[in-house]
Amino acid sequence: MVDLQVLEGSEAVAFAVKACRPHVISAYPISPQTHIVERLAKMVADGELDSQYVRVESEFSAASVISGASAAGSRAYTASSSQGLLLMTEVLYASAGMRLPFVMTGVNRAISVPISIQVDHQDTISLRDSGVIQFYVESSQEAYDTHVAAFKIAEDPGILLPVMVCMDGWILTHSYEPVSVMEQVEADRFLPPFRPINFLDVDDPKSWGSYAEENVLMEFKYAIHAAMNYGKKRIKEIFSELAELTGRNHGGLIEAYRTEGAEVILMAMGSVVGTVKEAVDALRSEGKKIGLVKIRCYRPFPYEDIWNAIHGAKVVGVIEANFSMGSEGALGMDLKAKLCGRRNAPLVLDFIAGLGGREVNEGTIREIVQRGMEAHKRGIPLEEPYWAGLDPTMLTQGG
Amino acid sequence: MPAEQMPNHEELFVSGHRACHGCGMALAVRHVLKATGKNVIVVTPTGCLETFTSPYGYSPWRVPWIHHLFENAPSIASGVAAALKAQKRDSVRVLVIGGDGGTFDIGFGALSGMLERGDDVLYICVDNGAYMNTGGQRSGATPMYAATTTDPAGSVSPGKLQRKKDLPAIVAAHGVPYVATASVAYLKDLRKKVGRAMEYHGPRYIQIDTPCPTVWGFPSDRTLEVGRMGVQSGLIPLFEMEDGTITTVRKIKKKIPVEAYLKAQKRFSHLLPVDLWHEEVQQIQDIADRNIEKYGL
Repeated sequence: MVDLQVLEGSEAVAFAVKACRPHVISAYPISPQTHIVERLAKMVADGELDSQYVRVESEFSAASVISGASAAGSRAYTASSSQGLLLMTEVLYASAGMRLPFVMTGVNRAISVPISIQVDHQDTISLRDSGVIQFYVESSQEAYDTHVAAFKIAEDPGILLPVMVCMDGWILTHSYEPVSVMEQVEADRFLPPFRPINFLDVDDPKSWGSYAEENVLMEFKYAIHAAMNYGKKRIKEIFSELAELTGRNHGGLIEAYRTEGAEVILMAMGSVVGTVKEAVDALRSEGKKIGLVKIRCYRPFPYEDIWNAIHGAKVVGVIEANFSMGSEGALGMDLKAKLCGRRNAPLVLDFIAGLGGREVNEGTIREIVQRGMEAHKRGIPLEEPYWAGLDPTMLTQGG
Repeated sequence: MPAEQMPNHEELFVSGHRACHGCGMALAVRHVLKATGKNVIVVTPTGCLETFTSPYGYSPWRVPWIHHLFENAPSIASGVAAALKAQKRDSVRVLVIGGDGGTFDIGFGALSGMLERGDDVLYICVDNGAYMNTGGQRSGATPMYAATTTDPAGSVSPGKLQRKKDLPAIVAAHGVPYVATASVAYLKDLRKKVGRAMEYHGPRYIQIDTPCPTVWGFPSDRTLEVGRMGVQSGLIPLFEMEDGTITTVRKIKKKIPVEAYLKAQKRFSHLLPVDLWHEEVQQIQDIADRNIEKYGL
C-alpha cells in the first residue's frame, strides 16, 4: 500500500532518516538545511523517533559527533550546507579514512564570498576527493529513496564509507511535492540494524586512527578507492533491491534519458535535471536528436556507465553549477579525463550554469544545445567553459 | 574502597611505546587508567600522546582507543557517549586524554560545547605547556616568560609575555560537577582524583601537570622532582572543585621560591641570573604568591 503525502523536500528527508532509525543525530543550523534537522528534532521531542540528538556548537563538531558515534557502533546522521560543509571538510576526510559509515545530507548552497544562501554545487563538489560517496538527486521522492539506500550502501561490509546525499537547497528542500514514504516494517526489512564487525568495544579493545608513514599510508588510501570501485556494483544492486520493494526505479549510478540515437547528449545532476528533461522532450518533438545523462552517483565516478550511454553521440554538453577556479567545471574535467584517448569519443563541452541560484530554464538549455551544435560543426572544443547567462556589463576589464 | 587504595595490577597502558625518556605524560596516562579501570573508551586528540602510542601496527592501549583529529576530541567523545547511551552500554565510560594544545587552543571551542551540553565525558588534559610534538611551540598553556620555539627569549624579549590561560576556572564556569588539578609528581593524589571524577556523571575535567624533559630542558630522571618543585613553588596549585566549590586543596608543606623551579629548567634559563629580567622573575613569584593566597596552599 503506497502512502503518498504532499511533503516539503526537507520533511521527506526527515521521514527517510526516521525510517532508518539512527541511534545518533547531530546538527548545527545553517540555511537551507535547517528544516531537515528541525523536523528530526521534533520527531525526537514527540517520542516518534528514538535517537540521541546532539545539538552542537559547530558543523565541525556535528560531523565529529556522528563520527564518534559511528566508531562506537551506532548508525548516525547529520546534514549541512555551504560553509558548514566546508567546515566539516577535515572531519570528512578523516572519517572516510577511518571507514565510518554514517550518512549525511549535503543541502547544496553557494560558497562565500559573496555570501549567498542560493543554490549551487560548489560546496559538495569541493568534497569530492574526501572519500565520501556522493549522490545527487532530482526530486524529493528521489531524495527520500536515496537516503534510505544510503545507509545500506554506507554500511555494506565491502564499502564502509560515509555517504552524502546532495540535494539542491530551496528548490528541493523547501518545495512541496507528492512523496511516497515506506512503511516502517518495509524499511526495517530493507535496512536491518547496524551491526559492525569493528567498533569501540571494551571486550575487544582496538586502537583507531593510528599514525602511518610511507610503509602503509598509500595502501590505506588505495583501499578507499578500491571500496568505491567495488561500491559501483553494490550501489546498483542496492538501488535495484529498493526499487523492487517500492516500485520506484530512479536508475543506477546514472539515468540515461532518451539517449538512443542522440547526437547531442546533455549531462547534469541535481534538480536542474527536471528542466533539462523538459527541454530534451521539447527538442526531441522538434526532431532534434538530443538526450540526457543524469549523474546520480558522482563519487565513485561512473564512467563505464556514462561511456555506454554516450557512446555514438557527437557532442556531450556538461551543464554544471560548480567551477574549479583557473580551470573548468569538475564534472566536465572528470568526463574529459576518462574519455581522453578513447576512440570515437564525443566532443565534450563544459557549460557553467546556475551559480548562486542563477536561473536555468528551457531557454538556457536551448542556448547550450545551440552552442554545442555550432562547436561540433566547427569540430573544435571550446577553449574555455561557457558561462551561461553571464552578464558582461557587470564585469570590469580583466575580470 | 577509594580508588587510590585499590590493588590494581592490571596495566592498561603498557610499555613499548615511543615516548621520550622521562616523559611525564606517559606516566600520568598509565596511572589515569589504573584509576579508571578497563571499562573505558579513550579519545585522544593529535599530539605527542597520539604519536608516541600509535605507530601503525603497535599500541600500548589495552582499552579501546580512538584518535581522529586535533581539534575535535571532545566532539568525538560526545558522539561515543551518545552511542553508548543509545546502545544502553551503561557500564562503559568515556575519557578524553589530550595535551594542552588540543585542549587550551585548537580544541577549545569543541571542549566548551561538550561542557555546555553536559555530556558524560571525563576530559583529562595532560598539560606540558607547549606543542611538544612539533618541537615546543607556544600554547595558551605555556607559563609566562617561558621561552618556546615561537616565543624565543632574546635581548629584547623574555619569552612568552602572556599568562597561562586559567582553564580550570573556565571549565568550572560552565557549571560542571567536577574540576581538579593534579601533578604527575603526586601519583596517589592523581589516582584519587580520577577515581573521584569517575563517581560523577556529566562533563568533568582534570588538568595534570606533566613535565617534559625534552622541551622544558632538564635531565630525564628529574621529571617527578621538577613536577614537585612546580607544586611546592605555588605555580601549580592542586585542588578539587565539586559543583563549583573548592573542596580540597593540597597544602604545600615546604614552600620554595619560584627561582629554584625556574633554575631547574632550560626554558627559563634566560631569566637567570636575574639582573636582566629581575622584574619578570618577580612577576612569576607574584603569580605563585597569589595562588598560595587564593587557594590557601
